[in-house]
Amino acid sequence: MAQAAVQAPAIAGAQPKILDVENLSARYGQVEALHSVSISVRAGELVAVLGPNGAGKSTLLRSVMGLTTSTGSVRFGDQSLPRRGTSKIARAGVVLVPEGRGIFAPMSVAENLQLGAYMIGGRGDEFERRRERVLTLFPRLKERLDQVSGSMSGGEQQMLAVGRALMAEPRLLLLDEPSLGLAPKVTAEILETLGQLNRDGLPILLVEQKAPLALKLANRACVMSNGRISAEVDPREINSHADLAQFYFN
Amino acid sequence: MPTSRNSTSTSFGRILSWVPAALAVALVGYAIVVGGYIVTVAGFALIYAVFVTGLNIFMGYAGQASFGQNAFAAIGGYTSAVLTATYGWPPVPAMLIGVAGAIVCAVVVGYPTLRLKGHYLAMATLAIGLIVYETTVQWQSVTQGYMGISGIPPLGIGSFEIVSDRAQLIFLSIVVAIAMGSAWLIRNSRFGRALVALSGSEDAARALGIDVARYKLAAFIVSATYASIAGSMFVHIVGFVSPEVFGMNMVILGFTMLYVGGIGTVIGPLVGAIVINLLPETFRALKDYQDLVYGIALILLLIYAPGGLAALTRPFKRERTVKPAVTLASEGAKP
Repeated sequence: MAQAAVQAPAIAGAQPKILDVENLSARYGQVEALHSVSISVRAGELVAVLGPNGAGKSTLLRSVMGLTTSTGSVRFGDQSLPRRGTSKIARAGVVLVPEGRGIFAPMSVAENLQLGAYMIGGRGDEFERRRERVLTLFPRLKERLDQVSGSMSGGEQQMLAVGRALMAEPRLLLLDEPSLGLAPKVTAEILETLGQLNRDGLPILLVEQKAPLALKLANRACVMSNGRISAEVDPREINSHADLAQFYFN
Repeated sequence: MPTSRNSTSTSFGRILSWVPAALAVALVGYAIVVGGYIVTVAGFALIYAVFVTGLNIFMGYAGQASFGQNAFAAIGGYTSAVLTATYGWPPVPAMLIGVAGAIVCAVVVGYPTLRLKGHYLAMATLAIGLIVYETTVQWQSVTQGYMGISGIPPLGIGSFEIVSDRAQLIFLSIVVAIAMGSAWLIRNSRFGRALVALSGSEDAARALGIDVARYKLAAFIVSATYASIAGSMFVHIVGFVSPEVFGMNMVILGFTMLYVGGIGTVIGPLVGAIVINLLPETFRALKDYQDLVYGIALILLLIYAPGGLAALTRPFKRERTVKPAVTLASEGAKP
């Protein structure tokens, strides 16, 4: 496996926990998809959650956001997040970029960005400042502001999904499979932007199947299988596919 | 940067998008000038345009299904009829009481039912329509049952009454303009964007901080307000009300107008209301075959204009899609 030119450093354990999940379990009907999962994200940290299809990675993010029926404790900073009430969780500063992007396809790019800043009203000086920042990060969106977002390419839609999330100025960003359905180079560019945001101080919990790309950015990684965290990985110790496979299959 | 061709297409698309509205205004203008029977037909079309605009906010913007909008029209219509014809109230306060009644009913019914989704919500709203219909039939001491209430005064304020057909049509045109203007403002407001967002994905909307349950209820209340005003105007224009006026036929007509005109568009309800009211009159000369040809015309409209007549101009607006000046290094053609 190719190593990143610059590997993200480990974050010192003294940094406060921004997100602290303890014994989180979730179920879809009779099927338990998450079994007592505990995971944390520290200030300034990018934590990658890896694992095969059906491991429970997306359910973990959806449960943190209160989008599933779940039990357990989720603390965000010094407050306890409710297990239902997604809009309250979003207002607390946790923003999810869902799997499949979740953009509002019939709406224009500009309207999607306005919805991202829904909590500040979608207008005004503060809105303009945030929009300018997003359009600087993703110049392609600037050229497409009036375009119906559903007619854009997959890469542009993913940029919009991330840009829309950033419009809320999150205190914690949850990203679900940002590489899904994208060409490797596009994925690399988007992840590079996310890495830059993280280096600027934004804590990120990243769910990703493409482990090599995620490990380049992550300060820490967890491997999930069958709804449980099966291993915690220091990305600096992963030097080959064989190293990674060991965590996947053991 | 947009190419000159794209700029031309954009301008053309913008001009073309006004064609349905211009045609609707021209038809109403024609009715005012010519007078006679067509004024009555145009008047009903404009009342329905208000009713369907409300339905469009709930179904077209928020993506929810309601088969019970006739209930709110009945509450508005009967409140106006009873208060003015039986108790001698002036029309405007009676209409406002009707709106208040419709809002209270929408809150009481909407709070539990809007937590339901899909078919369950549709069935719950259908029940509201049936309950209100049965109430208008059975509560004979107030509604006169099937006999209905007659002698309802025309709209007006103080000694000024809107009596002539043409004056009524002008008044209805003003009300429709206000209704459509407010629908446009709603669509382009924070509230409207939130409604369209939750119609796309409730989970994605929640994740942006939108209180989905509250917004669905608010959309239901707004649509009930439009329906109530339409119901009140109907009874004052016609001067009579009976249960059949606000029966299931009103719901079916409303749906037809919404889909033929263009669900989710601002101008669609007006276009649909005019077309659906005028089509049967257009085919009147066919006598026995009138209903058959009317049905075929509706099917053809839905086949060849599935997004509605108002949406026919959309392909031209899509030309606003511009090619990027800078191509992302890693990204080639669109998938």
